[in-house]
Amino acid sequence: MADGGLSPSAAERYRKLSQTRLRSNLLMAPALAWLTALMVVPCALVLALAFFRRGIYGGIEYTFTLENFSQVLDPLYAGIFLNSARIAGTATLIAVIIGYAAAYAISAAPRRLQPVFLFFAVLPFWSNYLIRTYAWIVLLNREGLVTQLLRWIGYTGEPPSMLYTEGAVIAGLVYNYLPFVILACYAPLSRLNPELAEASRDLGASALTTFRRVILPLTVPGIAAGAVFVFVLSIGNFVTPALLGGGRFQMIGNLVYDQFLTANDWPFGAALAMALIAIMLAVLMAQALLADRAAGRTREAEGGADG
Amino acid sequence: MTSSPARLLGLRTILVLVFAFLYIPIAVLVALSFNAGGLPTAWSGFSLKWYASLAGNTAILQAALNTLIVALVSTAIATLLGTLLAIGIEMRRQYGKGLEALIFAPMIIPDIVLAIALLSFFSMLDVTMGLHTIILAHVVFNLAFVCSVVRARLKSFDWSIVEASADLGASALTTFRRVTLPVILPAVVAGALLAFTLSVDEFIIAFFTAGAGRASTTLPMQIYSMIRFGITPEINALATIVMAVSITALTLSQRLNRGVIGQ
Repeated sequence: MADGGLSPSAAERYRKLSQTRLRSNLLMAPALAWLTALMVVPCALVLALAFFRRGIYGGIEYTFTLENFSQVLDPLYAGIFLNSARIAGTATLIAVIIGYAAAYAISAAPRRLQPVFLFFAVLPFWSNYLIRTYAWIVLLNREGLVTQLLRWIGYTGEPPSMLYTEGAVIAGLVYNYLPFVILACYAPLSRLNPELAEASRDLGASALTTFRRVILPLTVPGIAAGAVFVFVLSIGNFVTPALLGGGRFQMIGNLVYDQFLTANDWPFGAALAMALIAIMLAVLMAQALLADRAAGRTREAEGGADG
Repeated sequence: MTSSPARLLGLRTILVLVFAFLYIPIAVLVALSFNAGGLPTAWSGFSLKWYASLAGNTAILQAALNTLIVALVSTAIATLLGTLLAIGIEMRRQYGKGLEALIFAPMIIPDIVLAIALLSFFSMLDVTMGLHTIILAHVVFNLAFVCSVVRARLKSFDWSIVEASADLGASALTTFRRVTLPVILPAVVAGALLAFTLSVDEFIIAFFTAGAGRASTTLPMQIYSMIRFGITPEINALATIVMAVSITALTLSQRLNRGVIGQ
């Protein structure tokens, strides 16, 4: 003990710990290298691209500029951003209302049926996105099922034009992302301590008040998670506006696509992509803050020591 | 819970309506794939002729083969790297938020952003693009998904049995093969099936990293260009087959690894 060094067991533990660290680093290295080379570096490259000028014949001219970012703020493009946010916001709102109602109904079903319902609610989510979008073209086209249903109930006029409208884009987004909202809302609803609602009713609150003052606040984290998911995926969406909007409803995703594949203005496309990422990060951080604040309340409500 | 008949009826109505909304579009699509008539939207008798005409369409068969190659290779690489990554993270007691964000990023980054990033990257390096670049790109998100499925399984893993195995003289490899792997195997297979489905279905990133020419067209790219031309019963038949494949793979994955995907 004279040298004041580590006791043998501490030294042993230290050796084991550093060995674990080494092993862990070795195991993670290939995957992290892959992610760095094929995600971090390319994304950094796009960020850098956004600060360069477009060459006269397409291509890139390597002089520093902030022009691309000021062009993003140009009323024409800012308008497309706002439009995308509005479409994504509407889709989010509708998906949350339907998804919450569905999750509530599932969580009120008999216990043994709940996993089955949940599985079938999520199943469509795992089939091809393009195909799910195509299914809406089949439904909404001028001679599609909706038109035929209208004819069947006696409608004789021109077939309504439902495809290639903003409504079609919103329907497609809601349809594609609804399963996730159901999942996100079901999680807190199923963990809710039923005694809380009972207590509220025993204290004289109406069913509506109980829902508004007890159930809803406790399930806000689930709603927020679902809403953020739908919004983030919708605002950057490219396929749905292209197929169901028929190219008439430009959203940010389509704009980025055009800059890279048709207009050949990569620096501007890169600036648009960065703006998209910035919006997403802001939304995600707002949700993380909300979740942190709500976590305390939920812990109390999940009942007892361990639920 | 008090369940008045009115409340019960309301809840049932919601379930019926939501499931109708989720399944009617798919059901119509599938039903019309068996439609004898050339008109894609009006029923005129049962037929398998659209499936038969698919089998004779070389462009679609080539696309299907390309998709299979991309999905199998990228799944194999992603399963290996993602599993090692998951074990590497879970075996240490603490890790930084940066690491967590790096692994989470591929799952939330918009497809279009990763697509243009990789396109810029490959063209700046003068890499000839084709199936190999699609594979490189698909591994990025696939490994993140495999990792998260395996990590979920490892959360309840008791690391002291690994220590015990080492103390008893087993090599690291033997310990992995005899102790760790049997525990995580269902999650590894589930992760691989998930990765396979994601890769089969992925469109935008493949579209940007496939390069020029039709040689490396994948099935979703083929479907996209067919949809842009209009509705044909052939697309319905193809869509039905693709859906059947992904739903089978996912159902299998879910069975193997109860709860990870569903919750």
